[in-house]
Amino acid sequence: MTGVLPIALEEATKVIQALLKAGKEYVGVMRLHGDVPEKRVIEVFSEFQGKIYQTPPFRASVKRALRVRTVYYLEFLEIEGRDILFKVGCEAGTYIRKLVHDIGRAIGCGAHMQELRRIRAGPFTEDSGGVTLHDIIYLYNKWLETKDIKVLRRFIMPMEKALDFLPKVFVKDSAVDAICHGAHLTAPGIAYIESGIKSGDMVAILTLKGEAVALGTATASTEEILKATHGIMVKSERVLMPRGTYPKMWK
Amino acid sequence: MQEIVAPWNIKRELLVKSEGETDPKYGYKPEERPYPDIIRFGIINLDKPPGPSSHEVTAWVKRILGVKHAGHGGTLEPAYN
Repeated sequence: MTGVLPIALEEATKVIQALLKAGKEYVGVMRLHGDVPEKRVIEVFSEFQGKIYQTPPFRASVKRALRVRTVYYLEFLEIEGRDILFKVGCEAGTYIRKLVHDIGRAIGCGAHMQELRRIRAGPFTEDSGGVTLHDIIYLYNKWLETKDIKVLRRFIMPMEKALDFLPKVFVKDSAVDAICHGAHLTAPGIAYIESGIKSGDMVAILTLKGEAVALGTATASTEEILKATHGIMVKSERVLMPRGTYPKMWK
Repeated sequence: MQEIVAPWNIKRELLVKSEGETDPKYGYKPEERPYPDIIRFGIINLDKPPGPSSHEVTAWVKRILGVKHAGHGGTLEPAYN
């Protein structure tokens, strides 16, 4: 399979856990095992949106128990003979080959996946600065020759990009180093916060410059956090910033 | 049927809890990181070619850039080809 594969380097490998849980988009071709009118295909497609049940395939790396996944949308694009071009947006861990197989059974004639390409992994899409292996080799050699940092910026993005779709909490300089040492985020350390956070949500803790400090779990909603004067608001789960980046301002 | 919003279509608003300023002496804006931090805290949006596995491609990138650690976000199964 081809398509979007974000590769994190060095310290940035710590953000991978956020990407693994991020939604994905694919375009693919499913081949029907019989002749079916377009209308029927579109009808069945609509049944596979929202919550769906899947059993992971035999060769999967997870336990083969029925599980629920959300299909955000399933779009019929084109039909040519028995080949259907489709686009799907889904929750992490949705097996597309399995989805195609199940759609084939629902239609009645059966179907299998002919081709698949990932066009999104979380915030990374094929048209937002995607590069090939050849581009990487070319640009890296050009960087070695020129030492022009703009060349590196053409193919290496800040790891913060991976956190684009997580709700964000921005903290004051004085709170940063304590979090880097594993402390939880308390109310006075918070400068800005995004709307829509619920207790239990995964959030990104960032500095006022926009640098990732940690991933954490909110213990209260945006509204509650805005009102709070003390207490733990975000439990740190994964520290992303090395200690000592910001000064120690805690005892 | 209730409309399902994909995570990439959720709009969020930035709200002020208590205004703060940041000291330019510490850290960098992510898009202004100098070398070698740009690599240390960097991520590549790779368009994976068909054939090699996600692990193989990641190992190649690691070797090309001479970095100690590299990891990929979400395996693209070669078996699908």
